[in-house]
Amino acid sequence: MPITVLFLAVIMAIAGGWLLQQRLTAKPWLEEGVIGDFDGTGSLSMPAAKIGLGVFLAVIGSLFALLISAYFMRRGYADWREIRVPHVLWANTATLVLTSVALQGAKYAVSRRHLNAVRARLTAGGVFGLAFVGGQLWAWQELTASGFLVATNPSDSFFYLITGLHGLHVLGGLAALGWTAERAWRGIAAEKIQLSVDICATYWHFMLIVWLVLFSLLTGLAEDFGTLCRQLLT
Amino acid sequence: MVDVTRGAIEAIPPAEVPDVELYHPHSWIEKYVFSQDAKYIALQYSITALAIGFVALVLSWLIRLQLGFPGTFSFIDANSYYQFITMHGMIMVIYLLTALFLGGFGNYLIPLMIGARDMVFPFVNMLSYWIYLLAVLVLVSSFFVPGGPTGAGWTLYPPQSILTGTPGQEAGIVLMLVSLIIFIIGFTMGGLNYVVTVLQARARGMTLMRMPLTVWGIFTATVLALLAFPALFVACVMMLFDKLLGTSFFMPAIVAMGEHMSYRGGSPILFQHLFWFFGHPEVYIVALPAFGIVSDLISTHARRNIFGYRMMVWAIVAITALSFIVWAHHMYVSGMNPYFGFFFATTTLIIAVPTAIKVYNWVLTLWHGNIHLNVPMLFALGFIVTFVNGGLSGLFLGNVVVDVPLSDTMFVVAHFHMVMGVAPIMVIFGAIYHWYPKATGRMLNATLGKFHFWVTFLGAYLIYFPMHYLGFLGVPRRYHEMAETAFIPPTVQTLNAFITIMALIVGFAQLVFLYNLIVSAFKGEPAPSNPWRATTLEWQTEETPPGHGNFGKDLPIVYRWPYDYSVPGAKEDFIPQNVPPTPRPA
Repeated sequence: MPITVLFLAVIMAIAGGWLLQQRLTAKPWLEEGVIGDFDGTGSLSMPAAKIGLGVFLAVIGSLFALLISAYFMRRGYADWREIRVPHVLWANTATLVLTSVALQGAKYAVSRRHLNAVRARLTAGGVFGLAFVGGQLWAWQELTASGFLVATNPSDSFFYLITGLHGLHVLGGLAALGWTAERAWRGIAAEKIQLSVDICATYWHFMLIVWLVLFSLLTGLAEDFGTLCRQLLT
Repeated sequence: MVDVTRGAIEAIPPAEVPDVELYHPHSWIEKYVFSQDAKYIALQYSITALAIGFVALVLSWLIRLQLGFPGTFSFIDANSYYQFITMHGMIMVIYLLTALFLGGFGNYLIPLMIGARDMVFPFVNMLSYWIYLLAVLVLVSSFFVPGGPTGAGWTLYPPQSILTGTPGQEAGIVLMLVSLIIFIIGFTMGGLNYVVTVLQARARGMTLMRMPLTVWGIFTATVLALLAFPALFVACVMMLFDKLLGTSFFMPAIVAMGEHMSYRGGSPILFQHLFWFFGHPEVYIVALPAFGIVSDLISTHARRNIFGYRMMVWAIVAITALSFIVWAHHMYVSGMNPYFGFFFATTTLIIAVPTAIKVYNWVLTLWHGNIHLNVPMLFALGFIVTFVNGGLSGLFLGNVVVDVPLSDTMFVVAHFHMVMGVAPIMVIFGAIYHWYPKATGRMLNATLGKFHFWVTFLGAYLIYFPMHYLGFLGVPRRYHEMAETAFIPPTVQTLNAFITIMALIVGFAQLVFLYNLIVSAFKGEPAPSNPWRATTLEWQTEETPPGHGNFGKDLPIVYRWPYDYSVPGAKEDFIPQNVPPTPRPA
């Protein structure tokens, strides 16, 4: 559970930092008048969808932090055997990076109002995203073919569970991306789809970060990195 | 006392506030069934939650009938008894309390109290309700499948919850887990709405420190729920894997019915960590909205500003943060490192500090107040007393050495029913009596309300006080029937019969409440728009019940905090939040 607590501490620090700017020391019983009379703090001016996405990402983050905590706790038991992850995961990671790059490009293009570039980059992002999902299914297929089923041993169970849940979230991202791309191809003006494009890009960046963490766990890279750090320190 | 030394403040003319585009329904179905208006969604949530809550109430009668008069009723055997306690607990905690406080009161009160036209994502909000309804239906369907609902206890501890021998281990447990997963998805949709609406859609002038404590309570509880429910989600998904796919996340090597099962190496403790990482915040998911609502009820009906508003807000925030690091006090008897026990006992006792601050502030708000003993106030007072009682027995149980002998006895049952059963329900009743006139345009019958309060309040004490004593005697919880034991005297049975009779009487009072709720909606005395002479924005709407878009043509502008009651020198004993300040004579 330390990982989850750490994750929540980060969330709490962000929320607390924001709260501290909200004049929580105000004495509202002394402060009559409209807001301009006092420092601070009306509603956030950011679009609701962006705030909503931020909160949603915190929820997803909590979900994966808990999964990782469970992974480490279960790993401490005697019957744990490390999994040999399929090599295709490296290629999948690359395609997910490409998705992120393409969407970052789309975000840049939409702010410059280049609708054609937006269309091309959103489409490229969608294709890479689909390729990622396909690649993950391929990895499952490869594991299943070599006899590692979901219940074969605990690390396999975790592999299917973690990649499955991450995959579901990626599918959700694909749906949002498809909807945005469709609007772009329909010729809706760039400024009208800017918010959707920004949100898609942020969501996919987050999915990439989550995947990089999960991938480094599953391949044992995280542990190698930890060992390296410890060696450097001692 | 309100400070009277403040200087004259000129009312500043409001700037142009960008209004939101509102979704307008096109047909009857869109208006009343698949409504995107938070007020209708709130009523849908409330009615569904109360309906399933009545199922849980009936289950509690059946539980009590068995405990009070064991062997008398042929339709209650050991299996069905376990199914009753499991479903009673799960329904009450998740499908009634969580859904009613956040889905019901949250949806109704957040937009109205902060001066918004609606929630920020109305469509998602509508989905949230229908997904919640689906979760309820899946849960109810488990009563009708072969083997019946799960009887694993509301904590669903593996390995027993999915093993042969536990009632409902075939379809019942699967439906339970699926229903919880659906509930969490639906709740997340609603929860995003509540949080973002508070952050982004407050009326001009509604700073965070001018929000009514009700909104603070619901807001922080939602944040808590959004971050804690994923733990239950993960636990449910992993248990479904164990049950359906034969994985061993939680299942150790086990011999069942004389045969080695295929499970091996899993950890039941892992489930307990995940479950209680959700389970303890859940207590505050229920308690924080109750804290908030009761603050507003007390202030309004004692005609006095809330004492220590800032402290109240800080305490709510502190409780939110602390409630994430106390979960393992539910697991003292699971065998943990004594240092962990020490850590969790310490954090548990620390959480009593902000909670006590709140209790003191409620009492000090009442001090020298002009207390109107109407029904909402009675329930609010009932809450304070009950919550203090339940909270104090929590201090006992928070200590490892006291918890170990008392764990799994009736003392624990009495404790948590007092603190998160009776106390929040008191607030729910008080809040319903308080806001019913706004939601329906009619008053509830006050005489029936007082009857409802006194029977419920006194009855709850007659039920749960003796139960503490049973716990001291060592009467275990969850047992369907007590055989001869050396340490439990036969008088326990008499006491159990007494508790059962009281439970049935309290149950009857809830039927009176239900009658009042239904009949008053049609025949109640018409309510004025602000019957309690309250300051918050929901009472200042043009129409009662508020129309689509809540506030007529212009959104309200907030000039003051929500507790300007009995301000010295003011004409009336309350000044609504949207009344501009008048320059005072020098």
